[in-house]
Amino acid sequence: MSLFTITPGTRDEIDVLHLDGELDAHTASHLEDAFKSLISKNRHKIIVNCRSLSYISSAGLGVFMAYIEDVRSMGGDIKLTNMSAKVFNVFDLLGFPALYDILDDENDAFAKFNPS
Amino acid sequence: MSTTKEKSLLVHATTENISHVRNFVALHAGECGFSVEDTDEIRLAVDEAYTNIIKHAYRFDESQTVTIKVTCEGDQFKVVIGDHGSRYDPETYQEPNIEERIKLRKRGGVGVYLIQKLMDHVEYRQNGSLNEIVMTKKI
Repeated sequence: MSLFTITPGTRDEIDVLHLDGELDAHTASHLEDAFKSLISKNRHKIIVNCRSLSYISSAGLGVFMAYIEDVRSMGGDIKLTNMSAKVFNVFDLLGFPALYDILDDENDAFAKFNPS
Repeated sequence: MSTTKEKSLLVHATTENISHVRNFVALHAGECGFSVEDTDEIRLAVDEAYTNIIKHAYRFDESQTVTIKVTCEGDQFKVVIGDHGSRYDPETYQEPNIEERIKLRKRGGVGVYLIQKLMDHVEYRQNGSLNEIVMTKKI
C-alpha cells in the first residue's frame, strides 16, 4: 500500500506542507483534505515542500490542478519547492513549470511571498 | 537485455493495490535491463492505466479484478493490463489543455496523455468482454 504523510507547519503567516512518500490515487485525498482545510480557514499562502515526496502520479497532480485557482482568486498561491528530479519530470511532462511556481528551496518561496 | 517468460499478476481493482501493481511491473522492467529513469516512466504509465481501470472501467467496484502481464523480448518490454469493465474508446481521446483544465478547476483527464508520452507504443484491444491496454517500450 502506498505510504504518504503530510506534516503541516506555519511560518510568517504562510502555511507549509511537507509531503513524504507516494502521492497517487490511493493517497491524493489526504492532500486534498489538507488544501480544503486551509482554504476553509481563509489560508491561501501555501508552500508545498516536496523534499521527501518520492513519487507522484496524475492523481496527485490533479489535486494541485483543482485548488490553485481557488487560492489565487483569494490573493494567494501554492508554491512548490525542493522537488527531486524524478518528481519534477512528471510535473514537467504536463507543462506545470509554466503554470506553477516551482522553486528550488522553501526559503525561495518565502521570499516570493514576502518580497523585502 | 534478455528474453523472459511472461510474468503475471491478478489483483482486485482497488487503489490500495496501485503501489503493488506499479512496483511489480517496475521490478521486471529493471530485470529486463531498463535504466532507472526508463523504469520510472514505465512505473508511472502502469499506474495511470491501472488507475483509469479502477475509476472508469469499474467505477470503484472493488470486487472486480485486473490482470497485469509483462514480457521482456529482446530490447522490448511489453505490459498488458486487462479488465472486464466498461470499454474505453480511444477514438474519443483529445489531448488535454492543462491551462484550461486548471481554470475550470478540473482535475485528472491527463492519464492517457501521460501513458502516450511515457511509452513507445500503446494499443487498446478487445476480446469478448476482455479489454486490454498493451503498452510497449524499447530499451
